[in-house]
Amino acid sequence: MGKSTIILFLLTAMLACNKLLPDAPADDEILDGPLAGLTGEENAIFIRGDVAFNDDVFTSAKGLGPLFVATSCGSCHAGDGKGHPFTTLTRFGQSDTVNGNVFLHRGGPQLQNRAIPGFVPEQIPAGATSSKFTPPANTGLGFLDAVPDASILALADPNDANGDGISGRPNWITPKSYSSFRPNSISQNGKYIGRFGKKAATYDLLQQTATAYNQDIGITSVYEPVDTYSGQDIGAEVSEQTVLDVVFYLQTLKAPVQRNPNDADVIAGKQLFLNIGCDKCHTPRLTSGPSTIAALSNKTFFPYTDLLLHDMGSGLNDGYTEGIALPQEWRTPPLWGLGLSKNSQGGSYFLLHDGRARSIEEAILLHGGEGVQSRTAFQQLNTSDKSKLIKFLESL
Amino acid sequence: MRKIVAIVFVLVMTGSAIGQIDPSLLRRIPKDTSGLQMNMDAVYNRPFLQVGKLPVALGGYAEANYQYLQQDGVTEGHQFQMRRVSVFISSSIVNRIKFLSEIEFEDGAKEIGIEFASLDIEFNPLLNLRGGIVLNPIGAFNQNHDGPKWEFIDRPIPATQMLPATFSNAGFGFYGKKYKKDWVYAYEVYLTNGFDDQIISNTENKTFLPASKENPDRFEESFSGSPLLTGKVAVRNNKIGELGLSYMGGVYNKFEEDGLVLDKKRRVNVFAVDFNTTVNASKTFINAEWAFVKVDVPDTYTEQFGEKQQGGFIDFVQPLFTKNIFGFEKSVINAALRLEYVDWNKGNFISTGENISDYIFSIVPAISWRPTAQTVLRFNYRYYWQKDILGNPPSKLAGFQFGIATYF
Repeated sequence: MGKSTIILFLLTAMLACNKLLPDAPADDEILDGPLAGLTGEENAIFIRGDVAFNDDVFTSAKGLGPLFVATSCGSCHAGDGKGHPFTTLTRFGQSDTVNGNVFLHRGGPQLQNRAIPGFVPEQIPAGATSSKFTPPANTGLGFLDAVPDASILALADPNDANGDGISGRPNWITPKSYSSFRPNSISQNGKYIGRFGKKAATYDLLQQTATAYNQDIGITSVYEPVDTYSGQDIGAEVSEQTVLDVVFYLQTLKAPVQRNPNDADVIAGKQLFLNIGCDKCHTPRLTSGPSTIAALSNKTFFPYTDLLLHDMGSGLNDGYTEGIALPQEWRTPPLWGLGLSKNSQGGSYFLLHDGRARSIEEAILLHGGEGVQSRTAFQQLNTSDKSKLIKFLESL
Repeated sequence: MRKIVAIVFVLVMTGSAIGQIDPSLLRRIPKDTSGLQMNMDAVYNRPFLQVGKLPVALGGYAEANYQYLQQDGVTEGHQFQMRRVSVFISSSIVNRIKFLSEIEFEDGAKEIGIEFASLDIEFNPLLNLRGGIVLNPIGAFNQNHDGPKWEFIDRPIPATQMLPATFSNAGFGFYGKKYKKDWVYAYEVYLTNGFDDQIISNTENKTFLPASKENPDRFEESFSGSPLLTGKVAVRNNKIGELGLSYMGGVYNKFEEDGLVLDKKRRVNVFAVDFNTTVNASKTFINAEWAFVKVDVPDTYTEQFGEKQQGGFIDFVQPLFTKNIFGFEKSVINAALRLEYVDWNKGNFISTGENISDYIFSIVPAISWRPTAQTVLRFNYRYYWQKDILGNPPSKLAGFQFGIATYF
């Protein structure tokens, strides 16, 4: 090969620009990205929130800790997906619904298991029960936030009046003073419906965000000004605007896009999902109410959750709880985005509330309590049908 | 701001003054072409311009470029950058006593720093005292990093983001060389101020030694109160090449203050090996460097900040033509290739026992044209992919860069 040919080859290769620049992943291959239909102004806020969520790393100079779990929001939610045991949270101190968290004065409810140099991380106090919580995916949270209370209550059947063995109920909680009530909120004895978190003990995304800054990163805000280490009100270490930008970002992340919905196995798997009653808790379709964000208003979406608490049996009872949820009760986790979980969990699954299930099948088999009927039905499927059902779940 | 104005004023006036001088008074100081120049000689082995018989020589280099990069389908568009302008001033005070300083302006005037400012006193070729602001000789790139010497627009990732390229500190030390037939043996050893706890507390969210470059106080005080030891031994043979082994280490944290103990002493240790050679048959220049970093990170901190890092790069530069192009006699066209790799966090997760990922791999093919040895026009294609700490699907970045760099 002559020297001129080498140069020509190199120049041609370099100038074949479009082929040499990495494409964006397909929309259904990633969880992050904004809702379709945001205005220019909303896109600008989304970008600010994106930067704060994914790029803003806290150091001790910026207020990190001194006790903390992670150094940034993105550390726990890579690509806005589920988390990894590396950043799994530990909560402790409340073993029943009567006495509440009796270890608040000992650092509860959340364990800050890391510390900046020179400080000692928290330990779980003797006598406290605890549970580990794998960080959830962030996508589609705005839709879940916009579901009217009445829609959630319509799915509830706390006394199993229809006798199907499923008795979902909301977690009635006391919202933080800074939370704004949704339009047409429904209250019961001064309590409101929680919908975020493993135990549905969080009212809205503002509470979720402000407490995550505070409890996970050790960063105070005007909403949560008390330092987790000193117990003192130390003022805001992150601006109110940044907190609100992150809330907006979480609200306006797109819903996961299903892959291969027309694949024959996926269609058959979906039918099996319905046949064995998974949909009784993992409600496929919900509809949002009116929202100040037009792209979220009155939309039908497919999260596969009813946002209600269900008894999952003694096997999933860690002896820890929040609000009025019993220790064995867990909020139905949305299944959308399930198939992309591995892409944020380092290539393998860490499912259920604490990541103990290393495959979708294992997660199904660990269902107890209200999930026993569906689990048993799944076990009775032949290998081919099990495969189709899992293929459907992985398409979500 | 007043400092910046003063510096700009001096530079403008210096330029004007030189412009008024009869060019015949300007004299190029011949470079040492003995062929036994080593990386450690790079600070003085630069083209300088001397005015008449003044004992002061001036020099410098500038780098500018255009780039279009795209990461995972997203681009920031067309970017023009004035990466850096460096000005050298050297002075032979008397024979065997000299002073050299280098002031660098990066990204316009966003960063201005004295990169090098040291007084050298030669007692013997084997024993020279150097004091002032010195470049810590870890690896080869840190010693020999002038833009016009390279066929690549970006500096090597392992040398700039794992090792702190152009890491200079206030301190003292010795260096020397011994010639024996075709061989030359050299050493450097310095005690300087050094790192601080930003290396494990920074917005890169990983152990990042260059974070300490953000601490301007290192020129007047040591953060830890302990000296940073940097040493290098190197050997060169004209027919084989140059091999260097270097070490840099010291306490990086503030372990006590006002006599009160804050923490135990925590060390950072860096080892590097570098090699360069020219294959006689093909005139292919090969330059490689590999380094290991070990940092004592508190067990109770976060695995986000790794205790061990390793990485390196290898450059191949192949001259293709040496001919008269556009009237530039003996101008050279080169094809070049750089491969780079850094593992930011070697080890396993405590929680799962699985490997911590967090690495970057890069490949950069290039074409360069050198109308003179001191000036280079470069066209690079850069492609890299990096995985996060968990090993999720990689982020990919690629793009094109065109740049010029020249000594002046």
